[in-house]
Amino acid sequence: MPAVATTPAAAPAAPAAGSAAALARRRGRRRAARRRRLTVLVMLSPWLIGLTARFGYPLVSTAYLSLTHYDLLTPAQFVGLGNYRYMGRDPYFWPAVRNSLWLICIAVPCTVLFAFGVAQVLTRIRAGAGVFRTVFYLPTLVPPVAATLGFLLLLQPTGVVDRTLGWLHLPQPLWFDDPHYAKPALTLLAMWGTGSIMIIFLASLLDVPEVLYEAAEIDGANAWHKMRYVTLPAISPVILFAVVTGVIDGLQYFSQGYVAALVAGGQEAGAGAGTSLGYPQNSTLFYPIWLYWQGFQYFNMGYASALAVVLFGVALVVVLALLGTSKRWVHTAGGFR
Amino acid sequence: MTTLDEARTEAATVAVAAGRGAGRLTGRRRSRGSGPLAVVVEHSVALALAVVFLAPFVIVLLTALMTDQQALSGQLWPHPFRWGNFGQVLARNDLLRYAFNTFLYAGLSTVGVLLSSIPAAYALSRIRWRGRGVAFVLVLATMMLPVQVTVVPLYVLFAKLHWIGTLAPLIVPNFLGDAFSIFLLRQFFLTIPEDYADAARVDGAGEWRILGSIVLPLARPAIAAVGLFSFLWAWNDFFGPLLYLSENRQNWTLSVALSQFRGLYHVQWNLTMAATVLFMLPAVFIFFAAQRAFVEGVTLTGVKG
Repeated sequence: MPAVATTPAAAPAAPAAGSAAALARRRGRRRAARRRRLTVLVMLSPWLIGLTARFGYPLVSTAYLSLTHYDLLTPAQFVGLGNYRYMGRDPYFWPAVRNSLWLICIAVPCTVLFAFGVAQVLTRIRAGAGVFRTVFYLPTLVPPVAATLGFLLLLQPTGVVDRTLGWLHLPQPLWFDDPHYAKPALTLLAMWGTGSIMIIFLASLLDVPEVLYEAAEIDGANAWHKMRYVTLPAISPVILFAVVTGVIDGLQYFSQGYVAALVAGGQEAGAGAGTSLGYPQNSTLFYPIWLYWQGFQYFNMGYASALAVVLFGVALVVVLALLGTSKRWVHTAGGFR
Repeated sequence: MTTLDEARTEAATVAVAAGRGAGRLTGRRRSRGSGPLAVVVEHSVALALAVVFLAPFVIVLLTALMTDQQALSGQLWPHPFRWGNFGQVLARNDLLRYAFNTFLYAGLSTVGVLLSSIPAAYALSRIRWRGRGVAFVLVLATMMLPVQVTVVPLYVLFAKLHWIGTLAPLIVPNFLGDAFSIFLLRQFFLTIPEDYADAARVDGAGEWRILGSIVLPLARPAIAAVGLFSFLWAWNDFFGPLLYLSENRQNWTLSVALSQFRGLYHVQWNLTMAATVLFMLPAVFIFFAAQRAFVEGVTLTGVKG
């Protein structure tokens, strides 16, 4: 059956030997193949249009716009590499890069490790495992804006967290109002909402065959050995998935940082959105936020496109690098099914 | 292409495993050799974690029921309970209009995602054709692209169509396929045995017939999961509405409205939290109504080899 579809052009003109019946059969088969190709095309057509309109064209267009000055009202003006050169002098560019790097190097590992830890705990629970699972997953359903507002409330100076810390005679940071603590506060928020990755870890942890642990025990493995040589290799595909997803999410991190700065900053200054950018002191100015600000507040769409091209390059390099190294540490052909 | 084929078969096998696992995602790993003490410790840790995870919900809800002064005082228990906060926040601030807009966005997006992604996922998993592997890689690539990379030309495009300020730039693209949904549905379709479809093909059924009468009924859990994810994704979305709707308050969604809430209306914490509770209620309600589909869907996402 599949041979027909995969070799659409493999029907050379040699009908002389064939009887009329064979000829008819072949013609019918060819017609079926053509019909199938048409079906595939129809089924994929919305996606193909979307691929062109939402990805193909915008990628090309961004690359072109990044070489221009463009404000949406007047025609784009070609400026060569001017936008890229400006990045070095842009006083907000490097803080934005640093903040996004901080997310990827600190917040993402924290979140992934935390999700893994919670999943580990869940594998050992006997009583009420379903309830615990639900509780740990629930925060992922909360809209990011709502979750950020909730954490702004929790972490305000008179909020529960600081009161508890005071009661324990520990320092009480100003969290979203302190440039050193704003990103850790956002990390706590991310850890709270880590349920999806946690569920994925849990599913893969439960799929590691018990036999492997038994064999390891016979070989005298302790808990660390079992984790290092059984659990981690067995779930390495899922670790790769979690890391790649985490890095991509880190690169496009927007809503929580934007809302935290807007609400905490607006409150402080009692002014409009203009004062809230990166509040406090650029500590929540992440790369996508700066891109948004340049493109859609200042309407420097050429410069925003240049920022987008750099973002694209970084995402591409990071993902390819992760997938490249993964050959060395991800065990796909493990004997678990 | 061999690595790709490897990855694909791997994805399929893990998909099956995950599908099996989803049904019983409960602890099964016996902590061998660990006495009752370890069991107590493990359950205590889980309990402590549960308290931490639930605390934000509780605090937000309690604050939503306080008076303004009390919310500022840092007390924990509302006294008196102000259930009227919810009515007050609904009556003011056009919140119902924003909720309607959000429903419109999320509902129509879900319809669009399902209509466009189910056939695409079918063509990428159940029909063999040249270039299928490349098409699937493209799906994965678009899934991994940060949204901000393409946003400038898209904004320009929508501005030329005079769609800025309307819900159209948010809804219409969903009718052109969603990479994540296509990926998830494809993973599930691959787990359905070929035999039924082959039998139907022998009987002369076309691909659309097979999709409608064999694959769709069997894939109902995956379709439910994709529908739920699409709905919640749109319901929770902030970047899109902020980008396209900011200037037209008539069409704001709840995300945008809530982000402007405190600054714009000089609203107190208690009312902000009342609105926050109302905002997250539908999501939590949907979750409890369809918990199983959710868990199965989430495990399906993690099966990339």
